[in-house]
Amino acid sequence: MAGELICRCRKRLASGFELSAALRVPLEASVTVLFGPSGAGKTTLLRLLAGLERPDEGRLALNGVTWFDSESGIFVPPQQRRAGFLFQDYALFPHLTVAENVGYAAQPAETQKLLDTFGLAGLADRFPRAISGGQQQRVALARALAARPSLLLLDEPLSALDAPTRQRARHGLRRLLIESGVPAIVVTHDRMEAIALGDWMTVMIAGSVRQAGPVRDVFHHPADAAVAESVGVENVLAAHIVERHSGLLTLRVGYVDMAAVDSGETGDVFACIRAEDVALTRDLARTSTARNCLAGRVRSIALEGPLARVELDCGFPLVAVVTAQSVTEMALQAGDAVCAIVKTTSVHLAE
Amino acid sequence: MDWQAIWLSVRLASLTTLILLALGAPIAFWLTYSPRRWKFLVEAVVALPLVLPPTVLGFYVLLAIGPRSPLGALYGRVTGGMLPFSFQGLLVASVLYSMPFTVQPIAAGFAAVDRKLLEASWCLGVSRFDTFRRVIVPLAMPGIATGAILSFAHTLGEFGVVLMVGGNIRGVTRTVSISIYDQVQSLNYGGALETSLFLVGVSFAVLAITYALQRRVWAIWPAS
Repeated sequence: MAGELICRCRKRLASGFELSAALRVPLEASVTVLFGPSGAGKTTLLRLLAGLERPDEGRLALNGVTWFDSESGIFVPPQQRRAGFLFQDYALFPHLTVAENVGYAAQPAETQKLLDTFGLAGLADRFPRAISGGQQQRVALARALAARPSLLLLDEPLSALDAPTRQRARHGLRRLLIESGVPAIVVTHDRMEAIALGDWMTVMIAGSVRQAGPVRDVFHHPADAAVAESVGVENVLAAHIVERHSGLLTLRVGYVDMAAVDSGETGDVFACIRAEDVALTRDLARTSTARNCLAGRVRSIALEGPLARVELDCGFPLVAVVTAQSVTEMALQAGDAVCAIVKTTSVHLAE
Repeated sequence: MDWQAIWLSVRLASLTTLILLALGAPIAFWLTYSPRRWKFLVEAVVALPLVLPPTVLGFYVLLAIGPRSPLGALYGRVTGGMLPFSFQGLLVASVLYSMPFTVQPIAAGFAAVDRKLLEASWCLGVSRFDTFRRVIVPLAMPGIATGAILSFAHTLGEFGVVLMVGGNIRGVTRTVSISIYDQVQSLNYGGALETSLFLVGVSFAVLAITYALQRRVWAIWPAS
């Protein structure tokens, strides 16, 4: 379904917060991440798209169908927009069973099919309070898909889960979203989540859209400092998994091998390393299995107050942020040979 | 025991409760969900019977439904009868008098329903009315049941308003409480004791059920 979501809206909230969003989302990108720090207005924008809030002015259209136009006074109510909305805490109907929740707005045959696909058939007669957070998330997604939505809107779909579950749920969620064939817009403030879930990415800061584009481009080339600060992952490396051994993966980045903690990925991945997680040493000696020691050369050093941003060439570009003091102690200069140390737990993988 | 009066009171209380459910639920809905700022005024009007003496309320109702009032005149033209000192007149007065006992618990029940659930239902393509029927009503059931039970019990024991509007006509407007008053006046303490005991028993049972429902002694509906 190739189409486009066009939104140019202003909305002033009672709190005085003003949202002024202009964005185009290409819907052939199956998952679009709406990224930004808390308080950026992401949820408000999602509610405007769903029709749960009415913009003060502007225009909103999906695939050429106008949903809102302040000039001609068009406002399509949520019932007719059919934008499946996934609330942060899932908002399952507490008085209905899992099957009744999924079937709330669907045909019985459709309900059964979704229960099977989502692995919920065994829970059909349970009430929402009697199932886990991860299961609730799947029920909410199945319920939204059962109504045959034209668009899925997910508000921080993983934030209600505990950390280990969240890790696993990320990949499951992306798979379910892609298999559903319904374009999805996912709100998140988590970088790793954005990388793991999204094809296309829209960055929102302080009520306005600052950048939009393919996820990799946004991380590689932030449009401005505010975006760079909010996306905050300096190193996003294309990698290939070559080996898997006792809980560790061996990744090949360019011609260099690197170890990472195995969290179930396969094939081609992105290895994401925050610059603060890269330590530097001149001692090219010991490597333990818990650390990667990547030999490289310093390309440039930029002092930023108490910190220094060091760009390295390790066979691929790698950025490290270390204290200015350690740069002085090591007498580090451009052209020096160094070893970049990255803990295996600091290498985050995204498919 | 004055079974005729008891039957009359039960009929009055049942009909009042039914009318109040039909009338009170929309008012409670409006009070809960309307964005209007002046809705506190409507809340205050609905709550007035809680603080006004029954005589004041009864007096105004009597004026409002009398044959010279527009409402009384219309009723006379349509039915050929009169509202004051009739069962129908009692019904009008009871509905007004018990209004807060229905509206307040139902409004509290509606307010306890998470707004996100309504929005989730709307986004699934379900109309506002169907959302009310399928989500709000089942989840607000404790409040609705409390409202119904309280208005029934309150009407059953009402005295002042009945006396002002209905008088004391045997089989037409003589309710249990008035019958007890009569029995005491005519020094029939035995009869008064019996009927009073009956009223105490019923009231206690009704309140016990109400509080048991609120404390979920029986799981009639799943916990939210």
